[in-house]
Amino acid sequence: MIPVLLILIPLLTGLISFFIKDDKSVKTWSLLSAIVTLLIAFTAVFSCYPAQLSYDAAWLPTLGSRFALMTDGMGKMLCLLTAVSFPLIFAAIFKNNYKQSSGFYGLMLLSQAGLMGVFTAADALVFYFFWELALIPVYFLCSIWGGEKRIAVTFKFFIYTFLGSLLMLVGILFLYFHTNDHSFALKSFYHIHLSGKQENFIFWLFFIAFAIKMPIFPFHTWQPDAYEQSPTATTMVMSGIMVKMGIFAVVRWLLPVFPNASVQFANIIIILSVIGMIYASLIAIRQDDIKRLIAYSSIAHIGLMCAAIFTQNKTGLEGVMIQMFNHGINVLGLWIVADVIEQKLGTRKFSELGGLAQKAPVLAILLVVMSLANIALPLTNAFIGEFLMFNGLFQYNIWIAAAAGISIILAAVYTLNMIQKVLYGNTVAATENAVEISGNIQLVLVILAITVIVLGVYPQPMMELTKDTVNAILVNH
Amino acid sequence: MNAIIVSALLGVVMMFSGIITTKRSSITYTATISLLVLLVANVLNTYGIWEVHVNTHGMLQFDKFGMFFNSIAITATLIYVILSGKDIEKTGIHVSEYYALIFFVLCGVSILTSFNGLLMLFIGIEILSIPLYILTGADKRNLKSNEASLKYFLMGSFSTGIMLMGIALIYGATGSFALGVLHDAPAAGLPVKASFIEVAGILLLFASMCFKVSAAPFHFWTPDVYDGAPSVFTSFMATIVKSAGFIAFIRLFESNTQALGPTWKILLSFVIIATLLIGNITAVFQQSVKRMLAYSSIAQAGFMLFALYSNNDLAKEGILLYAVAYSLATIGIFAILIKMKDYTFDGYNGLAKSEPVLAFTNTIFLLSLAGIPLTAGFFAKYYMLASVVKAGGSLWLVVVAVVFAAISVYYYFRLIQAMYFKEGYAETTGISNRFKNALLVLAVLIILFGVFPSLVLNSFYF
Repeated sequence: MIPVLLILIPLLTGLISFFIKDDKSVKTWSLLSAIVTLLIAFTAVFSCYPAQLSYDAAWLPTLGSRFALMTDGMGKMLCLLTAVSFPLIFAAIFKNNYKQSSGFYGLMLLSQAGLMGVFTAADALVFYFFWELALIPVYFLCSIWGGEKRIAVTFKFFIYTFLGSLLMLVGILFLYFHTNDHSFALKSFYHIHLSGKQENFIFWLFFIAFAIKMPIFPFHTWQPDAYEQSPTATTMVMSGIMVKMGIFAVVRWLLPVFPNASVQFANIIIILSVIGMIYASLIAIRQDDIKRLIAYSSIAHIGLMCAAIFTQNKTGLEGVMIQMFNHGINVLGLWIVADVIEQKLGTRKFSELGGLAQKAPVLAILLVVMSLANIALPLTNAFIGEFLMFNGLFQYNIWIAAAAGISIILAAVYTLNMIQKVLYGNTVAATENAVEISGNIQLVLVILAITVIVLGVYPQPMMELTKDTVNAILVNH
Repeated sequence: MNAIIVSALLGVVMMFSGIITTKRSSITYTATISLLVLLVANVLNTYGIWEVHVNTHGMLQFDKFGMFFNSIAITATLIYVILSGKDIEKTGIHVSEYYALIFFVLCGVSILTSFNGLLMLFIGIEILSIPLYILTGADKRNLKSNEASLKYFLMGSFSTGIMLMGIALIYGATGSFALGVLHDAPAAGLPVKASFIEVAGILLLFASMCFKVSAAPFHFWTPDVYDGAPSVFTSFMATIVKSAGFIAFIRLFESNTQALGPTWKILLSFVIIATLLIGNITAVFQQSVKRMLAYSSIAQAGFMLFALYSNNDLAKEGILLYAVAYSLATIGIFAILIKMKDYTFDGYNGLAKSEPVLAFTNTIFLLSLAGIPLTAGFFAKYYMLASVVKAGGSLWLVVVAVVFAAISVYYYFRLIQAMYFKEGYAETTGISNRFKNALLVLAVLIILFGVFPSLVLNSFYF
């Protein structure tokens, strides 16, 4: 029953939000809804009754599709990430004013419902439904509340991902007709036997859909523009949670269904991912805009996760699991800082910033913590994840691990460069009258910073949580 | 049989209603009630409760599939009259005649869903087409409407001529007008050997049917006719009539393709790809929403042709669902289009601010046409693709089709962008609360069928 609640609460509260006319009440309403969802997500994580964690109801009997939900360790972890992120996002943007805010918050909650559905679906058709449903609200959010070039940019993003999903739909249909019991259930998909040729072909139909979503080089071209042009709250959802949809889908729907193809093509995919990591890091160095820098750095991090999945060894997968959560937390913090800087100073360009540390020391400290986590410094949460992933890559192939390792150095270059240009040096016109952050934003950033450090020192709970998923994949091989 | 007889009778009733009353709205009410009567008559027939029995000597054969489609067509017409009745009244002075013609079209539809021989097919096509030629020219003082009518008439006559020639050749080869004579002829296991004349006849028949459903390369009349005809009647032509054409197409070819052997699939896949390509790519470049919808209807026809291609049980269910999803959405979009002052994309700018209900429902309709999940259009496309995957061996065609489906998002979403994301003041005329409520009901229906497509399909089986 719990997964149903996780979907239903944001869905219903989101629909109600559209009819709340008052700005203040709609903000409070969505924050409350997000907190309730968070509490339920906690019960999911700590629940000892497996029956509570899955749900199965008749939906389309003639098609062999059931409304089936389940949560394994990875599902719980990503539901928790979604549930943690939304209250923090709502709290961080509490002071921001959006025109037609009822629509804005309504769509945000709907996208949360879609994400929860993706992470809990145990039926391919249900999964496809939610996969699309998470996209539609985000499309409207970016197109209505985004920056100047929003319409063209989000359109590109939408068509890209829609094409990917349609290819996946073809793949799902093909698999459906090859299941023994003509059903869309995840379990039936796991027991499909395809010929080598079929498996190779259908593998790519799925992988392209997931690669576009992550995004993996060379399917990444929509991403920096979309992140830059979207309203920052939506960017947080997109880069913090939505990109995990791609990684999650590879782990749940790709590796177990196409065991041979995913070994056979691992080389190509890992090489593409590593190319993407280095390429994105190099571009990030040259950026003059905080949002674009974080966008490219995100491509680099996702590339590492994708590469580590396809190593298919224990350390690599464990690293991916905890890094999915940690990347969500870190990037959320960075986006909040970017949003604060943009809202307060009216610019995101490094060339127009400087000396912020003198004016806002607390913000400076928190930004440094987040940035160090972005470089994966020891004691921050990302260190464990990246260490495990590089370890996995190293076991797979030394040379690839060495090439991927370059991106660690590059990450330090662009992140420290950002800190230097934004925080240090002399104050300039934009930062002359900057004031310290306070209230909600300070609270949110402090919570995030504490999470970064706690999970950096003691990552064991996350690893325990996702142990079953990792073992299930390894058993398959 | 009920639908054929009752619709013809009601057509006559509608004609005379113009004598009894000159009040336009009461004529629309009469039409609405008549449609309900027709629907009831057809439903009674479907469940075998009451039926007018006429011995047709096997020329007509009534089955569940056909009668269920009749119900869909009649219901869609009913919705169409409720939404756009006011605009039909405004087209010209012969209101009762317009309704009479619509009933005659429905009579043609019910023949096309039950014909069991080439002769009845021909009669059905003619009963369906001739009222449409007149409706296209209904706006008598508008030059474009006249041009469209003449063009449609000439091209339509040509295609009918080709169809007759095809029928004549088939008759010459087999000595019968009946469908599927061929596959009784050879002994089991032997390949069907068709004479040259028969193959030529089937190909001519195929070409003329492609013309009727505006499949490429026989689509050239569609944009001009759809654009020139009064928008209310374009809506009717593009939805109900078009789906009926597909039902006839499927009825005709589900058992008649053996004569062509494997060539049939190659031929059909060429037509499908050409239709998808021309429909989608040309729609991208349109400036007028009405013309875009004309090309989009060509593109949708490409998808509906999949039912013919795969020719299995999923295809049959799918085409019914497609007819429902496509008709409902397109009727809604046209109903809104008619209310707009400016038919270009820019004319929709800012509609979300001035008329939020119209913009919202229009978005649902467009999402349905694009095949986004949670709308009826998704399952319509789903069934089409699934039927081909099930038939096996043509996965490449499915992949091509989904690439075009992604392209179609481009022009459907352009309208959403205009309504929601662009500044402007979209001008509309004559929007009543009743109209808005009807649109909302339609949108809810589309979402309902999108979540539970079994609502449509179960009523087909029971």
